Amino acid sequence: MRSRIPVILLACGSFNPTTNMHLRLFELARDHLHQTGRYQVVEGIMSPVSDNYGKKGLVSARHRVAMARLALETSDWIRVDPWESQQDTWTETVKVLRHHYNEALRALQSKEIMRNKHPTEGSMEDSLSCQQPVLPELKLLCGADFLQTFKTPNLWKEEDIKEIVEKFGLVCISRAGSDPSQFIQESDLLSKFQHNIFLVREWIQNEISATQIRCALCRGLSVKYLIPDSVIAYIAQHRVYSEQS
Amino acid sequence: DPDSRTEVVLLACGSFNPITNMHLRLFELAKDYFHETGKYKVIKGIISPVGDAYKKKGLISANHRVTMAKLATKNSDWVEVDDWESCQSEWLETLKVLRYHHQKLLSADVNNSLQDAVPITKLGRKRKREPSRHEPIKKKNQSPVVKSVPQVKLLCGSDMLESFGIPNLWKLEDIAEIVEKHGLVCISRAGNNVQKFIYESDILWRHKDNIHLVEEWISNDISSTKIRRALRRGQSIRYLVPEVVRAYIEENGLYSPESEDSNSGLLLAPLQKNATDPRSSQALN
Repeated sequence: MRSRIPVILLACGSFNPTTNMHLRLFELARDHLHQTGRYQVVEGIMSPVSDNYGKKGLVSARHRVAMARLALETSDWIRVDPWESQQDTWTETVKVLRHHYNEALRALQSKEIMRNKHPTEGSMEDSLSCQQPVLPELKLLCGADFLQTFKTPNLWKEEDIKEIVEKFGLVCISRAGSDPSQFIQESDLLSKFQHNIFLVREWIQNEISATQIRCALCRGLSVKYLIPDSVIAYIAQHRVYSEQS
Repeated sequence: DPDSRTEVVLLACGSFNPITNMHLRLFELAKDYFHETGKYKVIKGIISPVGDAYKKKGLISANHRVTMAKLATKNSDWVEVDDWESCQSEWLETLKVLRYHHQKLLSADVNNSLQDAVPITKLGRKRKREPSRHEPIKKKNQSPVVKSVPQVKLLCGSDMLESFGIPNLWKLEDIAEIVEKHGLVCISRAGNNVQKFIYESDILWRHKDNIHLVEEWISNDISSTKIRRALRRGQSIRYLVPEVVRAYIEENGLYSPESEDSNSGLLLAPLQKNATDPRSSQALN
């Protein structure tokens, strides 16, 4: 029985704030990878960018991490990781990928050590666990607009893009009506690694941009059912978004 | 003056098969819209799921649909579910549901007024004019607070408004009474055809002041059809419907290829009913 490759999905972004759309990206990506029959998504990681990213309207990482945590309370497989947000300088995406991959390996190794220290006897699992543990793959979860930024001059280092698509992989969610496959074909580098770029079409339009959410909040308009209730409560309690922010 | 604002109740009729975040958003958008006009005060939202006798393909039992809507609105302090329509053994025209809720609102209002039978006198108010003037005072500071009659407005998306044009689905006289006596609040995506649709209909055009168009800028196309499709394919519906609704659907094994086939081949109740009524052949435009 061929076992599925374990996959960890990593989403980088402002999450300013976390919206239902951000959360959907994970669900869509997981469904897609499962339906290939080759993968088992074991974890989702949300990695909010650090404050010195310098984007207009970016509120403190403390809030953004707290809101993400609240939003993920009902999820049993996605978590928020504050490592990137705690770095002193802005961290390139490829470095965030490398960090989380190393962490995953480390976790796997310590699990192996534990298992070897305390072998279970006579259990069915023994024969299966004698096999080499399958190394997980870490894939970057993103929207189609992210993919398009690869062609912005001077934004990316060629070798970074190569490492992302070769060593890790991309799961790219796009709207119904937009098709990034042409963009991939037009790039020699991307088409070489297209087997590691998963294009997922979102047919249920749900483009809840965080910018629009912030705009609505500033105008005193309701954002209920667009972002989790717990996040709405947090924003109100801590007055996270205002004209100043 | 906040007290002189017209009180409005928003009524949404539909299958709610199942209820989604988009349905719930309609209420929020409508409330914000009315609030911003400064002329209206939305006091309540009512979700009225259609009865099983509607015979729409894929419609599951009203019990489940009402329960899911109730779960979805449990933590809303102004939107509630009313199961009167769903309990009727025969399908009811939307106008009848509007009339029912309007009547209910008026009776409640009368009861409240009877309880406050003593006119409210505003004590301690200084007179604006000098007592030496002999002109009668225009503003009666000691009259009871008069509120205008609360209104029940039909809340819908552009698809329902445009369904007015489907032959035999609506009676023209019903549409006329809905827009004339009650009013419509129609939420639609930016760049829609709703204004054109209203323009092309004499009856809608005549009462366009009572048709409130609200533009939804945040693209949100979570239709129940797509939710049911996703469920049949084993795909996640998380973050598209309230978590409690998702859990309920999972626990009860709702929505399958079989449930989607229910009522297959049957004619929708209004089409059945209006086909035999000669008055229904009147066109909208």
